Amino acid sequence: MSVRHALLALLEEGPRYGYQLRADFETRTGATWPLNVGQVYTTLARLERDGLVEAEGDDGEGHVVYRITGGGRAEVADWFTRPVARTQPPRDELAIKLALAVTVPGVDVAAVIQRQRSATITALQDYTRLKREAGEDDLAWSLVLDSLVFAAEAEIRWLDHCEARVRRRAREPRAAARPDIVEQREVRR
Amino acid sequence: MTGPASSAASIPDLAGGPVLELREVTRVHGSGPTEVHALRGVSMAVLPGELVAVMGPSGSGKSTLLTLAGGLDQPTSGTVLLEGTALGPLGQAARARLRRTCLGYVFQDYNLIPALTAVENVALPRELDGLRPRAARREAIAALEAVGIADLARRFPDDMSGGQQQRVAIARAIVGERRLVLLDEPTGALDTETGEDVLRLVRERCDAGVAGVMVTHEARHAAWADRVVFLRDGVVVDETGRDRADSLLGASR
Repeated sequence: MSVRHALLALLEEGPRYGYQLRADFETRTGATWPLNVGQVYTTLARLERDGLVEAEGDDGEGHVVYRITGGGRAEVADWFTRPVARTQPPRDELAIKLALAVTVPGVDVAAVIQRQRSATITALQDYTRLKREAGEDDLAWSLVLDSLVFAAEAEIRWLDHCEARVRRRAREPRAAARPDIVEQREVRR
Repeated sequence: MTGPASSAASIPDLAGGPVLELREVTRVHGSGPTEVHALRGVSMAVLPGELVAVMGPSGSGKSTLLTLAGGLDQPTSGTVLLEGTALGPLGQAARARLRRTCLGYVFQDYNLIPALTAVENVALPRELDGLRPRAARREAIAALEAVGIADLARRFPDDMSGGQQQRVAIARAIVGERRLVLLDEPTGALDTETGEDVLRLVRERCDAGVAGVMVTHEARHAAWADRVVFLRDGVVVDETGRDRADSLLGASR
């Protein structure tokens, strides 16, 4: 996640100091991805080094207030225009677990899938409850929750798909091993 | 029917007892080599104010469960109780009456009568209950108010959006004293946002005391329920509970 760009985008609204930036960030995203204030100051120091922000001075209470520069604005504009890159798929424990569950002998794959499905639905119920409580007005936070909801839903759909395929495979006479397929499986970077 | 009817027909506890209860319900279609077990020994109870989602792939028994819960079909064995009354021992007429007065259905395709206005659609079940038209209409207006569309009372279904029609269908399902709503993929024909509005409404009605059972294959919709029951091959294989802290996102919200 780009803390750097998020902080720059917040500074577009006006000068702020570190604690304010952290609080603003968490208001928008519902504290889903907590930031520690040390991380905020390290990032601000780097942004200053790169000429994207400048220290405006003290606010009178010992807080160093930062302001965005022209270069910083350009960087934010560029960030909003650019799609987020889907580069290397992040290591996904669930996908790895299922890949092993279907190959390692003696694993109850259906049980693995169902346990995960229950856990993910429970998470989905929690997100939905939070969404209900958030109401219509808190757009930023409710969109972040939607993102979590859709991701959880995708996981459940994938689990349903895995289950259907595993069941179909169990009904069919086992196909001969196909070592030729293995070579093609590398995920493109 | 299995078991002595007397034990099944326990004293109705309308205050806190389940609105719907299934006890070891089995439904077999056909016989001999073509015999299909649509449900095998399913037990569940739905309390007032509770929304239960039933999930499962096609053929898992979801629809059978809803049909049995609504008294539209009889189990091969086991007992279905509506508000504490076992349906099995009742005669057909009594069963139909109980079904008509204490539960409502909501379908994917709304099933409104096109020749009737919204308020007439909602009033119809109450008129069938024997209410005079004026009283039925008054209750229908109240139900439409509860779902937020009293201003559309005189519209015909064709002049309403899908979301509005589904609201009318929900009003029809809860009109009068109905305490159980059975929902069959209620958001299936709606776009994401309208579907969510409908679920918000169902949730609201349940929070107000109605019991709901919703069949769906969409996890996002099931997540509005207090409990999610998973069916596979006619068996309840799992269930998520309701009592869980909001631990996922920390305590800050």
